[in-house]
Amino acid sequence: MQADRFSGTERYVATPDLEIAVTAAATLGRPLLIKGEPGTGKTQLAEEVARSLDRPLFDWHVKSTTKAQQGLYEYDAVSRLRDSQLGDERVRNIANYIIRGPVWEAFDAERPPVLLIDEIDKADIEFPNDLLRELDRMEFFVYETRQLIKARHRPIIIITSNNEKELPDAFLRRCFFHYIRFPDADTMARIVDVHFPGLKQALLSEALQSFYRIRETPGLKKKPSTSELLDWLRLLLAEDVTPEALREGDGKNAIPPLYGALLKNEQDVHLFEQLVFMHRRQSR
Amino acid sequence: MLIRFFMMLREAGIPVSPTEFLSLLSALDQRREVRSLEDLYILARLSLVKDERHYDRYDRVFGEHFRGLEAASGGLERALPEEWLRKLKTLELNPEERALIERLGGFDQLLEALKQRLSEQQERHEGGNRWIGTAGRSPFGAYGDHPEGIRIGQAEGRRRSAVKIWDRRDFQNLDDSRELGTRNVKLALRRLRRFAREGAASELDLGGTIAATARNAGWLDLKMVPERHNTVKVLLFLDVGGSMDEHVRVCEELFSAARSEFKHLEHVYFHNCVYESVWRNNRRRHIARLSTLEFMRTYGADYRLVFVGDATMGPYEILQPGGSVEHWNDEAGAVWMQRLLRHYPHHVWLNPTPREHWTYHGSVAVMADLLGERMYPLTLAGIDQAMRVLLRPAAKR
Repeated sequence: MQADRFSGTERYVATPDLEIAVTAAATLGRPLLIKGEPGTGKTQLAEEVARSLDRPLFDWHVKSTTKAQQGLYEYDAVSRLRDSQLGDERVRNIANYIIRGPVWEAFDAERPPVLLIDEIDKADIEFPNDLLRELDRMEFFVYETRQLIKARHRPIIIITSNNEKELPDAFLRRCFFHYIRFPDADTMARIVDVHFPGLKQALLSEALQSFYRIRETPGLKKKPSTSELLDWLRLLLAEDVTPEALREGDGKNAIPPLYGALLKNEQDVHLFEQLVFMHRRQSR
Repeated sequence: MLIRFFMMLREAGIPVSPTEFLSLLSALDQRREVRSLEDLYILARLSLVKDERHYDRYDRVFGEHFRGLEAASGGLERALPEEWLRKLKTLELNPEERALIERLGGFDQLLEALKQRLSEQQERHEGGNRWIGTAGRSPFGAYGDHPEGIRIGQAEGRRRSAVKIWDRRDFQNLDDSRELGTRNVKLALRRLRRFAREGAASELDLGGTIAATARNAGWLDLKMVPERHNTVKVLLFLDVGGSMDEHVRVCEELFSAARSEFKHLEHVYFHNCVYESVWRNNRRRHIARLSTLEFMRTYGADYRLVFVGDATMGPYEILQPGGSVEHWNDEAGAVWMQRLLRHYPHHVWLNPTPREHWTYHGSVAVMADLLGERMYPLTLAGIDQAMRVLLRPAAKR
């Protein structure tokens, strides 16, 4: 079972508990439900697991209108109707009008695959309940062709949720659950290092300091997350900002350059500017 | 051993099921290399706890259950500054010395921390009975724990160091019986966002059309369904000023979270209790007042009424004409409250003060009585309950 061992990749830093979670889910063939603040790399996890274990990835992105059935297969009645009007030969075989969904594709994969069910909380409340049997037994029935589809290899299923809806108990019982915490400063430094290997140490530590300071600003509507930090660093590098420029006006008084990448909400930007302004007046 | 741990989790109110327990066992079975307690901690959490709100409770139960074990194999205990422990013991044993330190000051704080710790353990105690097992060694050792100060000093170490992660209790603020942050409020208010199919048929029902057409032997039979839209309308009544000042921040968070959730959201302010007028803009409360009656005529009974206030005031402010602290009111607050409640059958009151404090003020009981006990604390669990009540079909009163 050593083959299923997951331990981060050169592009993704996984904390030890996340590694255990993924490994356990892979070994026992249970779906892994991932929650966490937006921007902490929930979706990316599936891609990296697939890459590091060298497995094909099937991505099912869930929207508010998505039905569970669509993940399995869809019966394209409309084109069959049209074909029947045109007298097409294909119309005789209903199997021509069955369109496979990502779950079917994953079940049918040659090698053990990774199946990502992204943002499951966006769908209808009943959505997870409709997938119970599929996730449990890894099989489903196609009524139109009277065919039982079974998974050739039990896929690693990774499910992400942003907590917009409560998930039903029956569903939760079948999953492993892991909550990705916001990385602490050390982990964050490792994450940045993975993405920007050449980053100057001085710039990095200044940037991280400003970043955590902004995160600690009370009353922000949307705290900047890891992905926003990475974007911001990319901008800083592109603009060739020096560590000195970041440190300018020392500590609390400075508005970091290009902070638009970190604060995405007009009110937040406004609040932040006001706070900085207040600090400046006090320190004068 | 693990069975007792499982039972303790259940007692602590974490909804664990036998299936999950079995899956933990099989996970343990598969992973023969589970060597440290930390591995067990992670694996057990992975398979048993399905909600980050329960992480904190889990941490506590885990700590409680495995503490003795850790101590027996020596581990953390030795890493603690012994001096502290010794001091605590002597303090307990020697009242004179205690008095001395007390006079010198500084002990109060220590004692306070200890008390807090002990009360926390009372809670843990409910979860199981392990404490008794280790009791009797020393007065503080009985509770097998050390004041927060010690642990904070250590917590700088990273994982895999001497500090046990479950003792750090990082997930404390995700527990749903604690007060709210904006994220939590949003989560709770989403319950209200119910999609109801209402209004004129406006969308082609493709599935229905196909089914009907097929049944019609190929003759096209169009089916329409009403378009989905959010039909929840909310009236927010916010208490400002006076005793509410300390809660204003919480209320504002609730309010700002609410704003993005509903299509129709109206908010007004009142002070302590609703009387014949309310106001929309707190800065212009004395100029731009709105008649409550007019307000009720403007917004129909299909609005859901949510009061946010601590309901802490003199009982006469509710019960007597002229009882208001701000002006002369011809009719008692209770009369106005009843008028509103009759007009809006869907109503709740959210109270930012913890439920335990409600009994201190007679007015809270009076107000809760007026509301037919539909008063809930402003915590995630409380909002959850409140929202569920709001969604229920209106009870005739």
